[in-house]
Amino acid sequence: MAVDGKSQDTSLHGEKQLRVALVGNPNVGKSVLFNALTGAYVTVSNYPGTSVEVSRGNAVIQGKSWQVIDTPGMYSIHTITEEERVAREILLHESPDVVLHVLDARNLERMLAMTIQLIEANLPVILIVNIMDEAERMGLTIDLELLQQRLGIPVIGAATARKRGLDEIRAAIDSYITQPRIERRFPYSRLLEGDISEVVGLMEGEYLLSRRSLAVLLLQQDEEITEMVRHREGDGYAVLAEKVREKAFERRDSFHLDLSLQRNSIVKHIIDGVFVSPEKRVITASERLSNWSVKPLTGIPMLLIVLYFGLYKFVGEFGAGTVVDLLEKQIFVERINPWMVIAVKRIIPWEIIQELFVGEYGIITLGIRYAVGIILPIVATFFIFFSFLEDTGYFPRLALLVDRLFKHFGLTGRAVIPMVLGFGCDTMATMVTRTLETVRERVIATLLLALAIPCSAQLGVIIALLSKAPGALAVWGVCLLLIFVLVGVLAARVMPGEAPMFYMELPPMRLPQLSNVLTKTYTRMQWYFLEILPLFVIASVLLWLGKITGFFGTAVNAMTPVMASIGLPKETAVAFIFGFFRRDYGAAGLYDLQTQGLLDARQLTVAAVTLTLFIPCVAQFLVMKKERGWTVAGGIGLFVTLLAFGSGYVLNKFLLLTGILA
Amino acid sequence: MKLSDNAEEILEALWIAVEEKQLSALDPHNTGIPLDDPAYRELAERALVEIRQGMVYFRPEGRNEGRMTIRRHRLAERLMMDVLNIRGEDGDYKACQFEHLLNEGVDVKICTMLNHPTTCPHGKPIPPGECCHQARADGDLGVVPLTEFKSGQEGEIAYIQTDDNKKMQKLMAMGVLPGNRIVLTQAYPSYIFRVGYSEFAIDSNLAKEIFVRK
Repeated sequence: MAVDGKSQDTSLHGEKQLRVALVGNPNVGKSVLFNALTGAYVTVSNYPGTSVEVSRGNAVIQGKSWQVIDTPGMYSIHTITEEERVAREILLHESPDVVLHVLDARNLERMLAMTIQLIEANLPVILIVNIMDEAERMGLTIDLELLQQRLGIPVIGAATARKRGLDEIRAAIDSYITQPRIERRFPYSRLLEGDISEVVGLMEGEYLLSRRSLAVLLLQQDEEITEMVRHREGDGYAVLAEKVREKAFERRDSFHLDLSLQRNSIVKHIIDGVFVSPEKRVITASERLSNWSVKPLTGIPMLLIVLYFGLYKFVGEFGAGTVVDLLEKQIFVERINPWMVIAVKRIIPWEIIQELFVGEYGIITLGIRYAVGIILPIVATFFIFFSFLEDTGYFPRLALLVDRLFKHFGLTGRAVIPMVLGFGCDTMATMVTRTLETVRERVIATLLLALAIPCSAQLGVIIALLSKAPGALAVWGVCLLLIFVLVGVLAARVMPGEAPMFYMELPPMRLPQLSNVLTKTYTRMQWYFLEILPLFVIASVLLWLGKITGFFGTAVNAMTPVMASIGLPKETAVAFIFGFFRRDYGAAGLYDLQTQGLLDARQLTVAAVTLTLFIPCVAQFLVMKKERGWTVAGGIGLFVTLLAFGSGYVLNKFLLLTGILA
Repeated sequence: MKLSDNAEEILEALWIAVEEKQLSALDPHNTGIPLDDPAYRELAERALVEIRQGMVYFRPEGRNEGRMTIRRHRLAERLMMDVLNIRGEDGDYKACQFEHLLNEGVDVKICTMLNHPTTCPHGKPIPPGECCHQARADGDLGVVPLTEFKSGQEGEIAYIQTDDNKKMQKLMAMGVLPGNRIVLTQAYPSYIFRVGYSEFAIDSNLAKEIFVRK
């Protein structure tokens, strides 16, 4: 999702590359500004904390070439979360020529505290007061001129989503590097200033940030900064550390609070007369909608409406029904495939090679047909739905609605994003689990995604498959839900670590811009397609190899006892072998078996449940390994496989015993 | 003029003996402060107590003074336990030192901050002061956790009480700082509050650590 780094330190001409870094709280429009400056695209959303990676892009500003760096949201220079650390790394080690601090005009008071910190750190800051349009709509007035005077840095009002203020920002970036900077200091209380200067007095090393700001961070016992200073100071560190320890101990009761209060009072002083709010709060229509969405009485019906129209009607009926019919049946099966078969047979005389392209598991007749004809429409409609919802700001509201429920699974409402996204693509969702606070939550979310959340492609195929046998869909749904709840509750009990806490900013609800939704869907599709298409082709090749070497038959035979134990005919082994490449590939395999009339309702349901639970696709497994490491990924993989077949076994016995679906 | 620390201790002991143990007087042996201590003379000169045959008796003015002294002592105990989280003997000892500072309106502020408690940590009653009667008459809730607010209610953040530094910093990053105005817009299923122009949702674990006053 990130724009790939061309992060050389020097440009082609050997000059130093000019760099501008975007920093600020989550959800203030940094990524929109990044896109506007670079013309590249990073995912923009109305959901705090979506940029989990640093994105880099190039821009030409007033004839000069710049590298633009977009950072994850941070609340303070003193970092708490992983994303904040990532963002601060840029400031600590990359010495950007300009730092754009982007903030939300409506929350000037709260967010200016970080501007103060950036100025204090002696960074080349330009303040972008963004989202001015919404602030104006709420009746707020902000005197930017006065703010600029008081801060001593350039201040620009903007509404980047509406392309307002972009030229001024470009001009400010350009002129900033040519003008000398005035050092501005915002003094704290006399006592704190005393402590700071005592610490500063003992620092000898060279730093990119001001010693003053590092001293404050040392007093805040920031581990990373302490480590850096220890490294930089060498022999003199012992004395410095002793002083910091002494001061930090004296202030142990309330240093963070004192500092925040002092910064808050500095800010209050600065915005006095700058920020004028209306006598009466203006209640906008979006606020009213927001209120409905968070009250259980109206929020739950709203959720059901969203799911019904968004998922069932749009993704299910339209995407998986109408479009798949059109693409798969009418275009692939009726036109492209017959034509390709003839063409390939004419060009290639060897039957074995013909098989590779247009045979039973042929790259074209199977791989491309599955990828483009079945999976693509489903995933595309899902991503449109998801991107639209994301941009309205609905997800944070959904998160708070389900928080109490999710706590039973050891997760917080925050996990609602990866969980919902998982219904689109589990691989992408696994990547997004890193926005969760604690390792414990991440592991639980990864496990649940791997196990019980079917991705849209698979979901589409399975629903199409099971809807032919009455009751089968219900049994499948109840099974998955049961297993989700059971494993979630167990994981919450078994996994060590503290209970997570939930806090989330609620961005205002907005009507999404169509262009943004489409671009976002497009980039997600592109990512998805580049990831899956090769896998489908490889799968086709491997299956073809398996078939011609006879290995495939051996594997199917080897799996026959396993299949038999869960009451399935040996042909289903093929679907499971498919399933290892991609779960939906496997499901599509079941689809073929069912059309051939090889499975009855019970077998179909057992196969669908087992396959849904069964090992995530290769891509998801690789992402799991990347995000969680070999041990956790391997453990989850093993657990999921055993549980999948175990559940299949139990379900089969249960269905046989009770005669449901017989 | 303020009484000496020892004089205050004697008044407390006398108040407990008379009001809670229903004795008629206090035996100085039970106070740990010998009868030749100047504190006794100080109290007698101020016409708060009378000393007859080695026993200490209240005079009418002293009874009220004793009441207020015991009140300050027990408020100090509550402060140690509820807010500063110092318990046991250590808390008792610190409370004994602290109570002597609670004069000239400080007791009213602490009493208000603690939301006019009626009993000390040992379960003994805290005699109500003016502020307590006033609060009762006004129906004033005083300082309460955010969880006690009704949705739609607005107040001022009084303090954040948490042992967890990260929680503290998160709350502060949301603009939850003492002195800021806060509006609770919803209490279920999660707490939603507004500070300035931002809205946040938090769970009850965080909400109960934010203390607010109306």
